[in-house]
Amino acid sequence: MVEKKMIHSLFLINCSGDIFLEKHWKSVVSQSVCDYFFEAQEKAADVENVPPVISTPHHYLISIYRDKLFFVSVIQTEVPPLFVIEFLHRVADTFQDYFGECSEAAIKDNVVIVYELLEEMLDNGFPLATESNILKELIKPPTILRSVVNSITGSSNVGDTLPTGQLSNIPWRRAGVKYTNNEAYFDVIEEIDAIIDKSGSTVFAEIQGVIDACIKLSGMPDLSLSFMNPRLLDDVSFHPCIRFKRWESERVLSFIPPDGNFRLISYRVSSQNLVAIPVYVKHSISFKENSSCGRFDITIGPKQNMGKTIEGITVTVHMPKVVLNMSLTPAQGSYTFDPVTKVLTWDVGKITPQKLPSLKGLVNLQSGAPKPEENPSLNIQFKIQQLAISGLKVNRLDMYGEKYKPFKGVKYVTKAGKFQVRT
Amino acid sequence: MTDSKYFTTTKKGEIFELKAELNSDKKEKKKEAVKKVIASMTVGKDVSALFPDVVNCMQTDNLELKKLVYLYLMNYAKSQPDMAIMAVNTFVKDCEDPNPLIRALAVRTMGCIRVDKITEYLCEPLRKCLKDEDPYVRKTAAVCVAKLHDINAQLVEDQGFLDTLKDLISDSNPMVVANAVAALSEIAESHPSSNLLDLNPQSINKLLTALNECTEWGQIFILDCLANYMPKDDREAQSICERVTPRLSHANSAVVLSAVKVLMKFMEMLSKDLDYYGTLLKKLAPPLVTLLSAEPELQYVALRNINLIVQKRPEILKHEMKVFFVKYNDPIYVKLEKLDIMIRLASQANIAQVLAELKEYATEVDVDFVRKAVRAIGRCAIKVEQSAERCVSTLLDLIQTKVNYVVQEAIVVIKDIFRKYPNKYESVIATLCENLDSLDEPEARAAMIWIVGEYAERIDNADELLESFLEGFHDESTQVQLQLLTAIVKLFLKKPTETQELVQQVLSLATQDSDNPDLRDRGYIYWRLLSTDPVAAKEVVLAEKPLISEETDLIEPTLLDELICYIGTLASVYHKPPSAFVEGGRGVVHKSLPPRTASNESTESPEAAPAGAPTGEQPDVIPTQGDLLGDLLNLDLGPPVSGPPLATSSVQMGAVDLLGGGLDSLIGDTNFGAPPAAAPARPGAPIGSGLSDLFDLTSGVGTLSGSYVAPKAVWLPAMKAKGLEISGTFTRQVGSISMDLQLTNKALQVMMDFAIQFNRNSFGLAPAAPLQVHAPLSPNQTVEISLPLNTVGSVMKMDPLNNLQVAVKNNIDIFYFSTLYPLHILFVEDGKMDRQMFLATWKDIPNENEAQFQIRDCPLNAEAVSSRLQSSNIFTIAKRNVEGQDMLYQSLKLTNGIWVLAELRIQPGNTSFTLSLKCRAPEVSPHVYQAYETILKN
Repeated sequence: MVEKKMIHSLFLINCSGDIFLEKHWKSVVSQSVCDYFFEAQEKAADVENVPPVISTPHHYLISIYRDKLFFVSVIQTEVPPLFVIEFLHRVADTFQDYFGECSEAAIKDNVVIVYELLEEMLDNGFPLATESNILKELIKPPTILRSVVNSITGSSNVGDTLPTGQLSNIPWRRAGVKYTNNEAYFDVIEEIDAIIDKSGSTVFAEIQGVIDACIKLSGMPDLSLSFMNPRLLDDVSFHPCIRFKRWESERVLSFIPPDGNFRLISYRVSSQNLVAIPVYVKHSISFKENSSCGRFDITIGPKQNMGKTIEGITVTVHMPKVVLNMSLTPAQGSYTFDPVTKVLTWDVGKITPQKLPSLKGLVNLQSGAPKPEENPSLNIQFKIQQLAISGLKVNRLDMYGEKYKPFKGVKYVTKAGKFQVRT
Repeated sequence: MTDSKYFTTTKKGEIFELKAELNSDKKEKKKEAVKKVIASMTVGKDVSALFPDVVNCMQTDNLELKKLVYLYLMNYAKSQPDMAIMAVNTFVKDCEDPNPLIRALAVRTMGCIRVDKITEYLCEPLRKCLKDEDPYVRKTAAVCVAKLHDINAQLVEDQGFLDTLKDLISDSNPMVVANAVAALSEIAESHPSSNLLDLNPQSINKLLTALNECTEWGQIFILDCLANYMPKDDREAQSICERVTPRLSHANSAVVLSAVKVLMKFMEMLSKDLDYYGTLLKKLAPPLVTLLSAEPELQYVALRNINLIVQKRPEILKHEMKVFFVKYNDPIYVKLEKLDIMIRLASQANIAQVLAELKEYATEVDVDFVRKAVRAIGRCAIKVEQSAERCVSTLLDLIQTKVNYVVQEAIVVIKDIFRKYPNKYESVIATLCENLDSLDEPEARAAMIWIVGEYAERIDNADELLESFLEGFHDESTQVQLQLLTAIVKLFLKKPTETQELVQQVLSLATQDSDNPDLRDRGYIYWRLLSTDPVAAKEVVLAEKPLISEETDLIEPTLLDELICYIGTLASVYHKPPSAFVEGGRGVVHKSLPPRTASNESTESPEAAPAGAPTGEQPDVIPTQGDLLGDLLNLDLGPPVSGPPLATSSVQMGAVDLLGGGLDSLIGDTNFGAPPAAAPARPGAPIGSGLSDLFDLTSGVGTLSGSYVAPKAVWLPAMKAKGLEISGTFTRQVGSISMDLQLTNKALQVMMDFAIQFNRNSFGLAPAAPLQVHAPLSPNQTVEISLPLNTVGSVMKMDPLNNLQVAVKNNIDIFYFSTLYPLHILFVEDGKMDRQMFLATWKDIPNENEAQFQIRDCPLNAEAVSSRLQSSNIFTIAKRNVEGQDMLYQSLKLTNGIWVLAELRIQPGNTSFTLSLKCRAPEVSPHVYQAYETILKN
């Protein structure tokens, strides 16, 4: 018999290599199949470097690494790997959503719910319900209150009615939503991914933006969100609730929202001239030949920050292996150096242009070792409130289909994504 | 209180305790007990023993308890079908429950029970559920049809479930639509003949409408299904593309990639002059780039696919080079893929940027990545001529760093640059020579030696340099030895006066002191050339070499086209057609891109004619099973396939290469010089490998190998042969097969003039010598004869496969008999497969070819089994211990080159072994099993 199943089994594995949960949608596959995964893990040295697709004599293992856990799925036939990977991330998202964290402890504490969820999310190897709105109606998430009540009254956490969303053509929204305060909030969050070269010029930069929504509106609201400058959005991914045709013709986001928190759109702005780089870094890192020390000196300053304060700055540097220790003086904030992982972390805080934050001092190298060839890259984190660096601005939000007046709000924030400065 | 408490039951008597709790009167206690059972299940404990007790809890009004019981059932229904059937009445009852959740649960669980008997109970409830008023039940029932089809396809068809399923594609609920499509595509895939998704313009339209309605997962199924459709002309292709493009903006990356596949495929039909073609190209870039901002695992799969897409249509991403720049904290598997794509996109316009990046990467920490970056610089030089100079100077900068592995990689690529642009960059040779001492990798040493030999006339101390390598000649790898030999001969031809001694030295080292036949042969060729006609030698050895070609490691175009049809699948990740590696995959059904067809072309024109029909099969490059069987039968037509066929393109390339390599060796440039373009990753030296195989074989023969010999049996009783009784057996010893005969004269007259003949048989067994009975056989006399056999006789497939028809003649008459020979006499001595090869082959052979057997009552342990089998040429390649069982992985090869792969599972204390055999010619498997039986039990 040729087995034409999609996802055969799932194993959850923690960082110390214990398989702490397994779920089989088809016949039981022995845990020993994970040996191949462990082999690959050993070879990869670093957990992040385990290849996501591994072939074994009888199966393929497709895995993701999330929150210090490996989700390893076993498949037996040709299956689109992205399909599996997306699904695994969705499983992790659901755990996060249900238990507040996606951790071994949380999963073990809620193992019965986990099993119910997995059964509900996949039937015969096909994804079924992966929308959190629907799942939450079928299987109630644990709350402290509910588990107390449950244990007193003996009532259950299984929904005994059908999710209403299943009945309608908008499976992402449940019916009969009621709030006393009707509110719709949007967060425009932009992350700057950039590579800055030694001399300070931009090698590569783009903005990864998302609009996350928190919608608590009664009934069946139909929303339209318009922008001052929709032309910025030429590379967009939409939540299924968005009417694509409306966007194509009018550049308006028109949708009946899911209830609660969800990601409305994600977008990418890449034309170089639109990506402002809010900070600059002056650096001088040098190691002397035939000597066991080096110098380290970095200074951060504001660049194109649109007059806003840059805060939450952190600089992380993976120093070369031969670095034993660092004795530095921060002009601002505090720093730590982990001699085992060789990671230097400098928690800067915010930039005040009058006195630029700097960190300088000596680097102690292993004596006798050759001076390191590679120059470490600096990884910079920062945050700018009330600014979407691309210039994207929401124009207005209109609601149709319901009579009440909701509270509306838009927040903007810009952060560093993968922001790297080469030295 | 959390669920973790369920894990803390005492070890001892756990099952017993649970049993008691499950049978408790208290509902709460029961529920807790079921939860404990489920908790055990999640960590892989076997709690199937509790089946009856858990099923007893099923009849309850408590929904949660019921759901938990169903969770349990679903886990074990598949593995314990006979027990699950006990609950069938409850299932049927639950299918009528007023609560749709219960109805759905029941029908879903019933579908999981893989027993024929269940089907009679399932049909009625399933029919009702497919028409249920509740979409939740309908969508569950839709999937159930696929499950039932898997158990009993005929029944599903007879009951009309397929039609109901097709109707569900137009259901008002998107979840139902999604599941109906999923179920249909599953059924269609496992039964390609079912003609279920007979794609025609109407059904396509239905699917396209459903595409807008359905959930993200359903969209993937629909898109994959659309990709199999062949539009009748470019107009239809365009209209489908138009309706698919909005999917490129979906948040689910799998949807995006499936949409990309449809578009890439149908674009093939559009004329490039069409405006729409350009629009489509533009629309494809952003979603592909967006995939790269997703999680690293998604990025990896996306990059593997982008690698195909940029080879097929480089114009799509030609302006997007920068998104492939590597971030230092990308996982290594992402870094390496990005690098590959950077080189593919490198052009004159962006080369400066690319080089600056590559130079940056060359100072990173990860050695593999650094090496690949250095190689990439070389590839850029070869690909973009204008950049060559800059590349060379970048490489020189890198050599200055003196980082050992960087220097070595740089020298290897500079050699290629010299071959691409001769007489241009030789000024750098001096710098290269300075680093001679630091080279410790064979490839780098060989490259350096080649450079010295090739440019000997410009290097003053070339003789000294080469001489310095000569000291440790025998410690060098073959690659370096061959190179050194050639380089010194070149040097001699260029500067004959001062290097005579050197050349004699190397020739004698190569021909007299070396036991490498490859090296020896090349030494002799040079020697003879130089001694007979130095002028000719000069012409041959110093001949002008062809330039190496530009683009390296491109996927061969037909394979690329096929892979484009598999965008988003595992095939696209491995860059191999699915038939090459997926077990039980689509077999040999090849997909191909549609031909370009214009709508305004008359349908009568011959070009347009095939477009309506599914495309003509591509030339089938993968040997099918049929071909192999052909090999089995047509042994005398050609040499047998001696290794497991790989993806054939590489086999073909290999063959071409062998020639190329051979030719090269004559013009004095072997083994390194096969230009990278013509040399796909291929282990070992081309000539060497053939020869060393030969040597392996002889060494195998050398070890005395005594296969098991059965006692003689009577083949021809005297009463059937006018008094001649023949008994015999077959042996294999030290590589030769013989038939050991015992002839007894039970007649009253003397017998003489014996002769023997075999009919054509499956493996071409034939007597290698005439039957020699030296003296006449007197009455009551017996003579023992050993008749040597070979396997070069005519081949005809026999039934049973190992049947041998023999004719024996004497002065009285001709007698016929047939006998069965044990297959192990055909197991050759070089049947030990390389481990990697084993793994690849095991995967490569489709699942249907796997056969399983039980070997009972065998008291041996793994070691004894292994050594006993080995003496009959069944070789153990690897041994693994899995959960206390020994798994032996074994291989054997038949005289006609057929490989049989085996997995033997041995449980200590159990005398029953499980034998799984995989072979491209599965009909030999039962006989191989017989051989195992015979060898192990005697």
